Amino acid sequence: MKSYSNQRRFALIFRYVLLAILAVLWIFPIIWIILASFSYNNTGFVSTIWPEKFTWQNYVGILTSSQYPFVNWVLNTLFVAVISATLSTFVTIAVAYVLSRLRFRFRKPFLQIALVLGMFPGFMSMIALYYILKALNMLNLGGLILVYVGGAGLGFYIAKGFFDTMPRAIDEAAEIDGANKWQVFVHIGLPLSKPMIVYTALTSFMAPWVDFIFSGIILSTSGNPKTYTVAYGLYNMVHSAKGTMAQFFTQFIAGCVIIAIPITILFIVMQKFYVNGITAGADKG
Amino acid sequence: MFKKKHATSAVTLKETWKDGDAVTKLTFFIMGLNALRHRQWLKGFSLLFAEIIFLIWFFLSGIHSIAGLSNLGAIKSKRVVFDKAQGVYITQQPDNSVLILLFGILALFIVAGFIYLYIVNLRSNKHTFLLEKRHEHIPTNHEEIASLFDQRLHATLMTIPIVLIILFTVLPTVFMISMAFTNYDRQHSVGFSWTGFQAFGNVLSGDLAGTFFPVLGWTLIWAVAATATTFFFGVLLALLIESKGIKHKNVWRTIFIIVYAVPQFVSLLMMAQFLDYQGPLNTLLMNWGWISHPIHFIDNQASPLIARITVIVVNMWIGIPVSMLTSTAIIQNLPQDQIEAARIDGASPVQIFNHITFPQILFVMSPALIQQFIGNINNFNVIYLLTGGAPMNNNYNGAGSTDLLVTWLYNLTFGQEQRYNASAVLGILIFIISATFSLIAYRHTNAYKEG
Repeated sequence: MKSYSNQRRFALIFRYVLLAILAVLWIFPIIWIILASFSYNNTGFVSTIWPEKFTWQNYVGILTSSQYPFVNWVLNTLFVAVISATLSTFVTIAVAYVLSRLRFRFRKPFLQIALVLGMFPGFMSMIALYYILKALNMLNLGGLILVYVGGAGLGFYIAKGFFDTMPRAIDEAAEIDGANKWQVFVHIGLPLSKPMIVYTALTSFMAPWVDFIFSGIILSTSGNPKTYTVAYGLYNMVHSAKGTMAQFFTQFIAGCVIIAIPITILFIVMQKFYVNGITAGADKG
Repeated sequence: MFKKKHATSAVTLKETWKDGDAVTKLTFFIMGLNALRHRQWLKGFSLLFAEIIFLIWFFLSGIHSIAGLSNLGAIKSKRVVFDKAQGVYITQQPDNSVLILLFGILALFIVAGFIYLYIVNLRSNKHTFLLEKRHEHIPTNHEEIASLFDQRLHATLMTIPIVLIILFTVLPTVFMISMAFTNYDRQHSVGFSWTGFQAFGNVLSGDLAGTFFPVLGWTLIWAVAATATTFFFGVLLALLIESKGIKHKNVWRTIFIIVYAVPQFVSLLMMAQFLDYQGPLNTLLMNWGWISHPIHFIDNQASPLIARITVIVVNMWIGIPVSMLTSTAIIQNLPQDQIEAARIDGASPVQIFNHITFPQILFVMSPALIQQFIGNINNFNVIYLLTGGAPMNNNYNGAGSTDLLVTWLYNLTFGQEQRYNASAVLGILIFIISATFSLIAYRHTNAYKEG
């Protein structure tokens, strides 16, 4: 009996050790990024794990840099993120609600078309989007917002899965009591879907902070760094930093850390919704 | 709605035309007239104004735009011509085929939209005619507006999203598909013309075939390897964290999730730095004495095999946490009775995993797995940010050894090559590949069987 419990204790210790090793392996590069952001370095690359000399200068540098207006980038991105999150949430929730709760002739074809459209690689349409926005004279932050909101109508899957799980009896009861469909949507559907609205808003809020491709194509033509968003600004910075502007590389890392911390926290807060969405999707295919 | 369908089927358009009065007949030409007669102001004026605006637009610029589609502009290249009016030679710029094509397609979309409105008009006219004939109540303007918030709420809520989808997804997609049938490339960067399936020929059997098939092969290998490794190890990690006796499960999970939560342009760009020839990993391995020379992991001097393995390993670093998260949710909901029964019958943990837990997880997750597989075929970030396709491959045209079809597509458009038509062809081929796999997947899920 004693040997059995010993064996179990060994197994548990073994599992703890394994888990700890894995956790260290996983988190190690992230810790290195944070350490590197404090390192005193002007060679354009960081070749040691532990910085030889710690400094706050990278953070001071990036926040006050005139060549890389980081503060402007953050404000631009915040502007894009807030407006795009508001509009996208409205679009996504409306589409998801309609497709889930209402029945009309165009519903099935719409779902099928959405499925097919989703299979084209997004990059394919970028040239066209560039020219559309150019024709509208909107190669700026406004155009970027339009692109994000324009894509929101097809991102309804997770929200639709959520609405599908709400019992229909609630709607029917309200309709028997004399509510029209709009009232059901506003007074029953929306209040019950608060977690979904929060999730949708947070996802669309986060998108502009991490997107460097679309923002790059749309904003790069202006050539004015003050109009960039933070993801494209930083991405653009590291491309030049690898060459001639080696001294700015550690500032780039500092900028990344400043942005990554809130985004990471937001994501961890959201992970529960994310999992529910994926598994709900998995059940229904 | 059901009722309405029955009602309208009682009379045909032909009968409406034959038996209708003058206003009903005129409504076939002047949209919304019949609605206006019955004081349905909103519907009547919307249809009428839509028609007026459409006709003005169509004759002023619509016809011209659509006609432009036939040859995408007559002047294909810059040339010097003699201008008789001024009596001097002037340089004539080529027509901008991109804009001609874009506005041509947009015009076709507007025409299609107008035809839809016209059908709506006819249908409403027919319906009103039927109600008149039966002396039934014809909805007032107020009732029509009210129905937009009740029976036709879907139309109200979907209008803006559908317009956005058409403008920012459908239009660009159709534009790019048509681009695959032109010779839009560096030599024809302003004025280009229709060339049928020539660009497809270039990719499938012409000068790009030598790149396309190897890159396609690597894309598929990558997608299988990336999906399988992240899934399998993700499940194992989830089981490890979920196993009995481990405390603070949430803390452990969060540690792994942090890696996925960090924006990819940060984590992957820094990972590239980490794996650099002069990067900290090589320094560390040298200090430990494990290697005597730094290894080229992902730069241009790296061997293709090492670079590809590195990419898959780094993808595990990013992908396993997500897969761990989803399989945790599934594991928590797995029925425990089978596992208990097996344990009582004396099955070892490994046997339970092999024969019960893993097959169950696989079953529940198979649709999600197919989605992940397609996502990996299109996994732009990992390759683009980590290696940028390096090491370059001299046998390839504009691609490196780790380039996937999507990153190659990106290079063909935004890189030196500027072969826009070929990148459009690639997009279509990627679509065909994804669609095939999705079709197989959806045929095997319950959702498909239920319709």
